[in-house]
Order: sequence, then structure tokens, then C-alpha cells
Amino acid sequence: MEDPRKMKSFLVSTKAVFLKDWRSELRTRYALSALVMFVLTTIAIIVFAFGGESPSQEVLAGVLWVIIFFSGMSGLARTFVAEEERGTSLTLQLLSTPTAVLFGKLAFNVVLIIIVNTLAVLLFLFFFSTFRVSSVGLFVTTLALGSIGLASASTIIAAIIARANTKGSLFPVLSLPLLLPLLMTVIHATSLSSEGAFFSEGLDDFRILVSYIGAVTGVSYILFDYVWKD
Amino acid sequence: MIDLEVTALAKTFNRRSIFRDISVKVQSAQTLRVIGQNGAGKSTFVKILAQVLTPTSGKVKISRDGRVMKSHLHNLIGFVSPYMQLYDEFTAEENLLLSLSLRAQTVDSTAAKNLLGRVSLGGRSNDQVRTFSSGMKQRLKYAFALIHRPPILILDEPMSNLDTEGIGTVRQIMKEQQDRGILVVATNDHSDLEKFDHQVDLSGRP
Repeated sequence: MEDPRKMKSFLVSTKAVFLKDWRSELRTRYALSALVMFVLTTIAIIVFAFGGESPSQEVLAGVLWVIIFFSGMSGLARTFVAEEERGTSLTLQLLSTPTAVLFGKLAFNVVLIIIVNTLAVLLFLFFFSTFRVSSVGLFVTTLALGSIGLASASTIIAAIIARANTKGSLFPVLSLPLLLPLLMTVIHATSLSSEGAFFSEGLDDFRILVSYIGAVTGVSYILFDYVWKD
Repeated sequence: MIDLEVTALAKTFNRRSIFRDISVKVQSAQTLRVIGQNGAGKSTFVKILAQVLTPTSGKVKISRDGRVMKSHLHNLIGFVSPYMQLYDEFTAEENLLLSLSLRAQTVDSTAAKNLLGRVSLGGRSNDQVRTFSSGMKQRLKYAFALIHRPPILILDEPMSNLDTEGIGTVRQIMKEQQDRGILVVATNDHSDLEKFDHQVDLSGRP
């Protein structure tokens, strides 16, 4: 994309895909409702399950990311699945380049998961008063990188499974192995933030997360053309 | 000047050959008719021409003023088919403007309104597409396919769901396209395109 005109066209088209999905989401609430309802019900179930017990910070960090992972599974696939179910995939293929579609939908998923994760964390802090965030910078960076990583992997998996008959069950099954390195890293970094570690102590985890996002996005860029067209 | 050249095109689905060895060259102000019985692969063929499906082998080459175009081919093509769906939650005008913005072209609300008037949807431009009948949706697809003024117009079963007035409008659109670029029509109804310059007959293939 050395040509500046092509780059500008790519950016304009990517923004248009993002805005289309956002406007569509605000009118249909396809993904947002599923994500928010999942967060609310999961937190309610966990509150009842724990009863009066006070789990360790490490357990709470894991529980927080389990909620985030499964809520992401319930909503992040919608961006491609909705196009397929409504029969608009062909229309989108006629209108834009695969790269613009991929990055527009990735941007949409990143914004969506950041909104939902922020809500999940606020509710989690409210209901689990024993969960501490001693190092705010470390926690926020972990949450941001974890959300972007989750959205990156979910977007390409959603594109792959959108045409399958068993998309509902296939999405979490395919996502779990791909997201496992991400989940282990964010759970560790979240535990560090609860223990009051310095920001520098989380740098190794951040390097892993940035590398993960770079690798998944790069592979998605290479694969998407084939996934999207046939 | 626009050229559309198909060379030794073949498509196979799950080892089942749909068609093979199809070659044709169409130039500006020419028409191509694609015929064949149900299941012969007409829609598959036009989808490959529209660059939304990859052929198993062979090539589709689009040239403009002698220069082979390699990227953003979707901006040169308008496509209408019964199986193409528009965005139900958006209004008719929003769908047309969306087509321009996704193509990274200047969003022209006046052109969108004019085009909607042309397909007799001027009074419904601000209504959501979900409230439209199938015939109105088919008319809107024509506005959607023409809003970016494509030099190549591909129509799959062009008259489906249309009433007499709609058929008249489409015939006029087809005539204008023949004057300014390439028209490709895939149909079983021979009255849809009686005069044509080239024909691909998929009956009995492969």
C-alpha cells in the first residue's frame, strides 16, 4: 500500500465499515445486548456461587477474565455472523476491499469489547469488594491490551466460522486454544496489579500481549482474503 | 474504454465441476448474455465476473483504456441479483450513501435522491428497507448498483419481482448501460436481452 491514494482510500473505507457496523449495532443491538446480558448474569451467578467466601486475588483475577472471555464469545462473532445470516456478506464484498472489511470490523470489535469490559470490571469491583486494584496503571494497560488481543483473535475466528452450520458452538471451541496464551498472560498481569506490583514488573507480560496482537493481526491480514471470498 | 476478458474459466465445488473452459471478450458498448438451465452455474459465473468468487482456474481480466486493472475492481462493477440483500435497518438513501462511503467515494446525497426518484422510490427514501416489498427492494438494488456509475453492469435475473413499470425502468437502464459500458445479463428469459453481442451458454456443461 505504498501509493498514498490507496492508503487514503483504505482508511476511508475502513472507517466506513466501522461506522456502518456501529450505526447498525445502535439500531439492532445484535451484539451489545448479548454481551451486557452475559456479563450481568455471569456476575450474578458467581456472586451466589461464592456466597460469603473471600477467594484469593489470583482466583478473582482468573474469574474476571473468565467472565470477559465468555462474554466476548457471546457477542464478538456477531459482526460477521450477522452479515452471513442476513445475506449481506455478498453486498459487502461488492462494496469494499477485504482488508478494509477486516480492519473496520476489528476496530468495531475492539471498541465493543472495551465498552463491555469496562462495564464488567466496574460491576466486578462493586460485587467483589475484596478484589483490589493496587496498581491502576498496570491493570488498565492489561485490560486494554487484553481487550485488543481478544478482539483480534475473535474477529478472524468469527470470519472463519460465519459460514459454518454449527457456528454457535464452533466459535468458543476454536477460540479457546487460540486465546489460551492471551488468557494466561492477562490473568498473571491482573494478579500482579492486585498485589501492588510496579508497572515495570508487568513489562514482560505486555511484550507477550503486544507480540500476540501483532502476530494474530498479521496472520489475519494474510488469511482474510481467502476466508472472505470463498 | 473498458474491456472484460474471460480466459479458460472453470469452477469446481467439492470436486463437482460446474463449468470449464469458458472464454469470452467483451468491450465497451457491448453486451454479454449468460444462459443455461437451473443449476448450470449462471450465478456462479457472474459472481466470478463480479470478483466475489474465485475461479478454480482461468482468469478474468478487466482493462481500462488498455491498462489492466488489478485493484479496487469492485468500483468498476455494479451488480444486481435476487440473492443480494441490502441493509434492512438502514433507509433507502442511507444504503446508497453507504455504498459510496464504503467505496471511498464522495458521498453525494443529491445523486442518491435523484437515483431513488428514477427507480420510483423518491417518496420512500427515508424509510427503512425492512418496510419495503420485494419489488421495491429489487428497484433499490438498481439504484445501489448504479450510484457509483460503474462501467460494467452485471445483472442476474434482472426482472425478478418487478412489476410492469419496474420492468420498463430496468429496460431503460440496460439500454443506457449498453451505450456507456459493458452489460452482462444472466437470465433464462430470452426476452430480457434479445439483442446481444456475445453469449455464454452453460447448458450441458461441463
